[in-house]
Amino acid sequence: MVELDILLPALLNGIMTGAVYALVALGLTLIYGVLHIINFAHGSLLMLALYGVYFLYTLLGIDPYLAFPIAVPAFFALGYGLQRSVIGYCGRGKDENILLVTLGLSLVIENLALYFWSADTRTISTSYSFATVDLGVAVIAVPRLVAFAGALVVAGFLWLLIHRTDLGKAIRALAKERQGAQLVGINVEHVFAMSFGIGIASLGAAACLLLPSYYANPGIGRSFVLIAFTIVVLGGMGSFAGALVGGLIIGVTESLGGLFLGESLGQLGIFLIFIAILLFRPTGLFGARPLSRP
Amino acid sequence: MRSAFAIALVLAVLLPLPWLVHSDFWTNLVIMALYYGFLGQAWNLLGGYGGQFSFGHAAFFGTGAYASAVLQVSLGLNPWLCLALAAAAGALTGALIGALSFRYGLRGSYFALVTLAFAEVFRILADSLGFTGAGVGILIPLKESAANFQFASKAGFYLVILALNALGLACAWWIENSRFGARLLALRENEDAARALGVDVFRTKLAAITLSGALTALGGSFYAQYFLYIDPAIAYGPGVSVEALLVPIVGGLGTLFGPLLGAAALQLLNQLASAAMGEAPGLNLVLYGAVLVLMIMFMPQGLFGLARLSSRRLAGRAG
Amino acid sequence: MLALEGVSLSFGGLRAVESASFTLAEGSIVALVGPNGAGKTTLFNLISGFLVPERGRILFEGRDITGMPPERIAALGLVRTFQIVQPFARLSVRENIAVGAHLRLAGRRQALAMADEIAERVGIAHQLDQPAGELTVAGRKRLELARALATAPRLLLLDEVMAGLNPRELDDIAAVARAIRAGGVTLLLIEHVMRAVMSLAERVLVLNDGALIAEGRPAEIAADPRVITAYLGAGAAERMLKEGARA
Repeated sequence: MVELDILLPALLNGIMTGAVYALVALGLTLIYGVLHIINFAHGSLLMLALYGVYFLYTLLGIDPYLAFPIAVPAFFALGYGLQRSVIGYCGRGKDENILLVTLGLSLVIENLALYFWSADTRTISTSYSFATVDLGVAVIAVPRLVAFAGALVVAGFLWLLIHRTDLGKAIRALAKERQGAQLVGINVEHVFAMSFGIGIASLGAAACLLLPSYYANPGIGRSFVLIAFTIVVLGGMGSFAGALVGGLIIGVTESLGGLFLGESLGQLGIFLIFIAILLFRPTGLFGARPLSRP
Repeated sequence: MRSAFAIALVLAVLLPLPWLVHSDFWTNLVIMALYYGFLGQAWNLLGGYGGQFSFGHAAFFGTGAYASAVLQVSLGLNPWLCLALAAAAGALTGALIGALSFRYGLRGSYFALVTLAFAEVFRILADSLGFTGAGVGILIPLKESAANFQFASKAGFYLVILALNALGLACAWWIENSRFGARLLALRENEDAARALGVDVFRTKLAAITLSGALTALGGSFYAQYFLYIDPAIAYGPGVSVEALLVPIVGGLGTLFGPLLGAAALQLLNQLASAAMGEAPGLNLVLYGAVLVLMIMFMPQGLFGLARLSSRRLAGRAG
Repeated sequence: MLALEGVSLSFGGLRAVESASFTLAEGSIVALVGPNGAGKTTLFNLISGFLVPERGRILFEGRDITGMPPERIAALGLVRTFQIVQPFARLSVRENIAVGAHLRLAGRRQALAMADEIAERVGIAHQLDQPAGELTVAGRKRLELARALATAPRLLLLDEVMAGLNPRELDDIAAVARAIRAGGVTLLLIEHVMRAVMSLAERVLVLNDGALIAEGRPAEIAADPRVITAYLGAGAAERMLKEGARA
């Protein structure tokens, strides 16, 4: 039997990481919910964002937590641009085509990163990198706590955006009924691009929160992508609450998996969950729409 | 049978190559082109003809490679026997993944993702388990002899990979000219309509993925013999999965010669790129990614599809 | 040949088909009619195995096929076409029909030859080499029919195979239908085109709001007040009767 004082910190750490995973997954679920695009480049874009925040710190001295005003709009613009140029172009036609295009994009991004920045892992060290907080039951690193809180705040922001603004209304309308939305005058191309942009912007936010307690490396995109997909499928495609809950579950799974099985095998649990959900409960925990049978 | 004749012709033309080309560099190039062509054809059977896009064909490739390597090194089995056993292992893996995925009706992008997940699971297992050498991988001891599936001259490997290509082409030809193939193409176009005509969609897909898995595993076994070293990243990594799907997409999905054409085109591109920009890790993957994006955007029919389209326009159409 | 006993299905709160019971005699041509949304295609989906009934049984040639998957039902000889035509777009017309032929024939050459034969019977022989995706609506409907025919069915369910055709095309298809029946195939047709229903069908089943409200010979059905009400609304039947009396 595992000691509670080993289990509890692992649990808490899992929840903290889970919140950031949830933020990454939220972007993906928004993109899927509205555009019905499975954005395979999501992970590599997060990787790009992490490098971006890294260089902002090492070259310009901007603290990651203060980099939001730069990272978020920059990645929004990137997302908007990508959707309007490459991805939107292949919008008509098979599901798989979009998957292939985003796969291609992820290859380009990952390997350009490898070429320009090498495979070295980059971390940053700030004044608060090693600060901790004693919660009584466990001692938690400050950056992780901030990431947790920040992720919830950004998620809240996203929720407000989607449910309390005109743009959000347009996005929801488009997600529900594409043709109908067009008929009432919604500029479909623009709203699509806005949705994609918001989804990618959330990666910029996630990077700011993540970097202090994590690292940047060209290969992490790949692991994030599958984790994000697992969360989205677990929570239910297009479900906000699902992405949050799913993120926490996956974070805890990864943490406990790592505790009991070690670093590499620990990841196994996530992929097995992914496969199991796809096979046995494709609608996920909260999902309303069943897997599309095109 | 026009296409059977074309296959025979292509094989006959390719056969004497190693004795005509006297440079190891060029022979290796052609071997690699044929190798990718074979891998691509294996993927093409399921993805091009069957319309089921797998993003995790590395699962079959790696299983074949590891089966070959492990059985040779740990049990001392003859490598040719291991080749056959690798095919069996690949078939089994295909059947398993297929049975699960298709039983639960996974299609399109979800099928693609689940295959990717399976490949990752295999990679993690190979990375952690002892008998696969864990992260270190497996080194096959050098012992050149034809009986040992290691050739001193590249010509030997060339003939093997050519023979594998012949096998791949034969399978593709069979799909284009059999009841099984007709049913496979039907379900690719429209599953419900196929079922209404009596096609057992599940069984047909299962057969296709089993065949594809077996062939891909043969490719893995060949790789192990040619390079004499495999590790989890090589065997089960995304590189193989991407190459397997890129080749037929470039060359033309669901065509006999698409994979070979695609492999040749990509090899050419590769060479031009390294000549222009020098060797660098990952740069060829950048190229692949870019090619993938551009192909899907502008030429989803692939090179072969393009040729077919224009030849039909030139010939005019009946009725 | 075919017997339905109390077949029912609901979608959520909506009763799509309500306790449908009827029998089909071998060798007959029967039409299934009813206003839009009556549940006709749902009934087809139930019979052919694409949907599973919540209650009731479906018997085909004495055998209980309730809940069987579509491919097995097709193999038994019960084949349907689709209202929204579903060609194998990138395959040629010949290859399309051959898929149907392959249900009974294992050989590729035989299946292709059968395809040619069937195409001739149905009137699309001149388009055998064309990709199915390039056919007009009328052509596609004939292809649907040809494909189903190639499976050598015993019972053919045709879903609106006449829709969108001009009078000459209608007569052509009707002739083909009669020829098919003469060959020993039982036909159940969903149709809106009344002209076809009246001239082809020996018996008519009327579906409304998921329930069978009338059955009988075409002439009887046309005069049945319940049928008139279903199509034209309440009071229409009386009005028509009054007008008839006045005239």
